[in-house]
Amino acid sequence: MSVENGIGVSVKRKEDQRFITGNGKYLDDINKFGQTHGHFLRSPYAFAKIKNIDLSAAKTAPGVVDIFTGADMTADGIGGLICGWGINSKDGSPHVAPPHPCLATDTVKHVGDQVAFIVAETLQQAKDAAELIDVDYEELKSVTDVRQAAAAGAPQVHEEAAGNQCYDWEIGDKAAVDAAFTNAHHITKIDLINNRVSPNPMEPRAALGEYDPGTGEYTLHTTSQNPHVARLLLSAFVGVAPENKLRVIAPDVGGGFGTKIFLYAEETTAVWASKRVGRPIKWTADRSESFLTDAHGRDHATHAEMAFDADGHILGFRVSTKANMGAYLSTFASAVPTYLYATLLNGQYKMPCIYAEVQALFTNTTPVDAYRGAGRPEATYVVERIMERAARDMNMDPTELRLKNFIQPDAYPYETPVIMTYDTGDYPLTMTTAKDMIDYTGFAARKAKSAANGKLRGIGSSAYIEACGIAPSAAVGSLGAGVGLWESAEVRFNPTGSVTVFTGSHSHGQGHETTFAQLIADQLGVPFESIEVVHGDTTKVPFGMGTYGSRSLAVGGSAITKAADKIVEKAKKIAAHLMEASADDIEHSHGVFSVAGTDKQLTIGEIAFAAYVPHNYPADLEPGLAENAFYDPLNFTFPAGTHIAEVEIDPDTGVVEVVDWAAADDFGNVINPMIVEGQVHGGVAQGIGQALLEGVVYDDDSGQLLTGSYMDYCMPRADNFPNFRVETTNTPCPSNPLGVKGCGEAGAIAAPAALMNAITDALGKEIDMPATSEKVWRAAQNA
Amino acid sequence: MYSFNYERPSGINDAAGAVGEDDKFLAGGQSYLPTLKLRLAQVDKLVDLGGISDLKGISVSGGEISIGAMTTHGTVATSSDVRSSIPALADMAAHIGDAQVRNRGTIGGSIANNDPAADYPSALVALNATVHTNKRSITADDFFVDLFETALEDGELITKVTFPVPQKAAYAKFPNPASRFALVGVFVAQTTSGARVAVTGAGPCVFRQSDMEAALSGNFSGAAVKGIQTVADKLNADIHASADYRAHLISVMAARAVDAAS
Ligand SMILES: Cc1cc2nc3c(=O)[nH]c(=O)nc-3n(C[C@H](O)[C@H](O)[C@H](O)COP(=O)(O)OP(=O)(O)OC[C@H]3O[C@@H](n4cnc5c(N)ncnc54)[C@H](O)[C@@H]3O)c2cc1C
Repeated sequence: MSVENGIGVSVKRKEDQRFITGNGKYLDDINKFGQTHGHFLRSPYAFAKIKNIDLSAAKTAPGVVDIFTGADMTADGIGGLICGWGINSKDGSPHVAPPHPCLATDTVKHVGDQVAFIVAETLQQAKDAAELIDVDYEELKSVTDVRQAAAAGAPQVHEEAAGNQCYDWEIGDKAAVDAAFTNAHHITKIDLINNRVSPNPMEPRAALGEYDPGTGEYTLHTTSQNPHVARLLLSAFVGVAPENKLRVIAPDVGGGFGTKIFLYAEETTAVWASKRVGRPIKWTADRSESFLTDAHGRDHATHAEMAFDADGHILGFRVSTKANMGAYLSTFASAVPTYLYATLLNGQYKMPCIYAEVQALFTNTTPVDAYRGAGRPEATYVVERIMERAARDMNMDPTELRLKNFIQPDAYPYETPVIMTYDTGDYPLTMTTAKDMIDYTGFAARKAKSAANGKLRGIGSSAYIEACGIAPSAAVGSLGAGVGLWESAEVRFNPTGSVTVFTGSHSHGQGHETTFAQLIADQLGVPFESIEVVHGDTTKVPFGMGTYGSRSLAVGGSAITKAADKIVEKAKKIAAHLMEASADDIEHSHGVFSVAGTDKQLTIGEIAFAAYVPHNYPADLEPGLAENAFYDPLNFTFPAGTHIAEVEIDPDTGVVEVVDWAAADDFGNVINPMIVEGQVHGGVAQGIGQALLEGVVYDDDSGQLLTGSYMDYCMPRADNFPNFRVETTNTPCPSNPLGVKGCGEAGAIAAPAALMNAITDALGKEIDMPATSEKVWRAAQNA
Repeated sequence: MYSFNYERPSGINDAAGAVGEDDKFLAGGQSYLPTLKLRLAQVDKLVDLGGISDLKGISVSGGEISIGAMTTHGTVATSSDVRSSIPALADMAAHIGDAQVRNRGTIGGSIANNDPAADYPSALVALNATVHTNKRSITADDFFVDLFETALEDGELITKVTFPVPQKAAYAKFPNPASRFALVGVFVAQTTSGARVAVTGAGPCVFRQSDMEAALSGNFSGAAVKGIQTVADKLNADIHASADYRAHLISVMAARAVDAAS
């Protein structure tokens, strides 16, 4: 029986009512009585010693409340920021995690590094005062490029990190891969740059810190994807306040894409300083600050080699990557190019052996951490570009080479050589679906037509896989994570039968208020309008791990379902009592409880009322109808699919037009098809953006950020895209009760390789992202 | 933004009289206000030209079209007078920025600013327009001097721009993918005094491509200019395009403009 507004229905997003009528409450919309404004003085240099900071003129400037430097935080016992995932190098040594102070103490290590925090009555006064701070810098030679950072004689970003190395890590079986390569019939090699990108959520990061001297409690409003994690870090590691004296609220948050997972210096400083000044302090990044300080994504340089037998079967895969960490280790930075990356290098294929090594390096740049897909797009990019290249080298159709090597639908569970156990999937189906969607066989005719018009046409695929729904706590713990990755929920009935759902997940654009309400509407038969979803406040919701890694539905949604299961169990007992039957005879379907073989029934609303007004109630049962659950997943989930891109290139200008796009994704069961399609659109848009237009550029010499505004950093716009064709296939996920896999990152994971494969197909030669018109034009000239 | 004073006069002379050495006229504010907000400039007083009705509007007479300095890009883009006499000009205005920018930004502000990547300077130069100020008239060839530099003196106020109607004209813009200003923009016009080719975006300031003008005078066709290369030495090079690529795009855009001219 399908339920109105239940699972599988494209219910319109309930949160959009407030968002599109301007009634969303984002951080900067919140103001507190007596609020002051904070502003950071930032380093103008990529790398410099601070010889002296003279605050005297600034401290007496109009409106200034106080000004803080790193020395003040150190004196107050406030520690630096930490990285929450330990990675060991090949030799067993732990990764190098140099100090990461909120306000620089003696050196600044990237342009935009925080030097001082000015608190004033108005923002303008704070900015005026910042100009009066006299910092005596001694500029040092900097390094921004990851390959240069690895070179002998490169500037040393941290004393602690010899050769700028954070770690040199490996996974897989080197000997087996070496052996496979000696027996190979064909070897394809490729060098790839995965360009650094800036996340650009629409809402900039912001924080509002306040301290209540009466209770000794701090409250931090912050633009976070995981307020409880922020609270944990602020308490246990930074030392701002114990967890019970610190409330963290993430209100409506306008996009995150990963960059709002991390604990940043700004929010930490603002909440700490609020006690010092005895007034609330608000800080909102302007867009220039976002470019300078929001953790960036990607930035890999990779060499990969794949060995094949005479029939085109993969024999072995060897990958060597240099990953740029930026100037400091951000919260989860170390995990992204290791366990979130190399564990996915198996792709959708039968690969007998894999060996990958990853060297992570410090540079004088903004820290790099998880960005939509986090490691998995980088892996897919390497696997899918080398597959396409290999097919061309061997004169095979690239989709045929893939079909030949796919893990087959009857092979699950499938253990890869890089520690993942794929649970289910049907890769041939998503591939053939995508080919049909884009009329793959008609491509030759379309290419000929383009050629007649002087245009180059190309087609390219990307058969991606990701591990999401992160993650089983024991598994990630064994791999170095400092946290467990379960999720929490509470389903609370009100006496009148309406429901409030509390979730540890956090929605910053994903539509949880709708999707999670659909789960409850379906399972408990409560009208959709009578369900409220609450998230993002550490005093309201149970401790939760937050939203990233396409985990909210698979892990957070499963927690909600488990809590609802407990509701059903209790409701059965109440129903049995009220209907004078045995609990074993009570049957439940979508909120209706009936006595088997009779026409007696009660609705969940009636039962909830009885639970709160327990005049006639089982003696051995607690009143009330509210249950909570913590859900720790059994495995990662493995969404997978094929995206195919088709492009037309104007060889006179190098302009690439993306003319068609087919996305066939297996997300397992789908709760709200409209939201899923929207997530695919957004992800593909971001992936196309990375491949075609985006790229953070630092000046080699000075280390200055050259892409510091939208005049120079190119975000994709609607007219850069064709209409996307989106379809889903479904092999339900066996490892969670909902059978769901997650869809938030898939587009960004799949798209870059598909697009670059289409472009290189058209050009007949390899180029790196972003495929700017000049790069494409140059390649087309020598084609 | 640093604080400043603000005045909104209603007459041209009042405005000219109100602006002192450290003051600025404010037109649509689309270039200048961001500069202030980023604290890249500081000003004593802004003299807002928005209240001066004499600076607004479009008229056609005697083979010439006259556009008031405070006329917005949006008005030029949609003006039936401009569309019927110089469609290329309306088309160019329609591709400046986005709708919000076009509804605020003005022709006077754009040419006074003389951004090297702005579109309007190429139109004025190719169409052999005249810039009228509260003091004098200046030909477009003389008006645009260098990077962000014009022939305007301190406190001189642009009142209108007059364009002789050409036989045909067109503008071909290769937008910077990020800002969508002109990476290279080529405005071509066939006029009674010959063909004119003005290039914006590619160099520090709009310039005329005289080799192309010569080639077009005998044969006004794209083929005539496609093979003519521009020396890259003095062209801009930045993270978006090298000087070579810009030089190449000048030829491509010029040919496309000529073929599209109407
Ligand atoms: C997002 C965005 C996109 C844009 N895209 C483009 C584009 O694609 N192509 C393009 O060409 N431009 C583009 N622009 C710039 C836009 O066209 C501006 O409107 C124009 O450059 C300045 O016009 P304004 O009326 O806003 O002038 P203002 O910003 O008000 O003033 C600019 C300067 O001109 C001076 N000034 C103004 N009027 C007069 C006058 N009558 N006499 C003397 N001096 C005067 C001012 O004092 C100031 O120094 C863009 C702007 C933005 C914000």
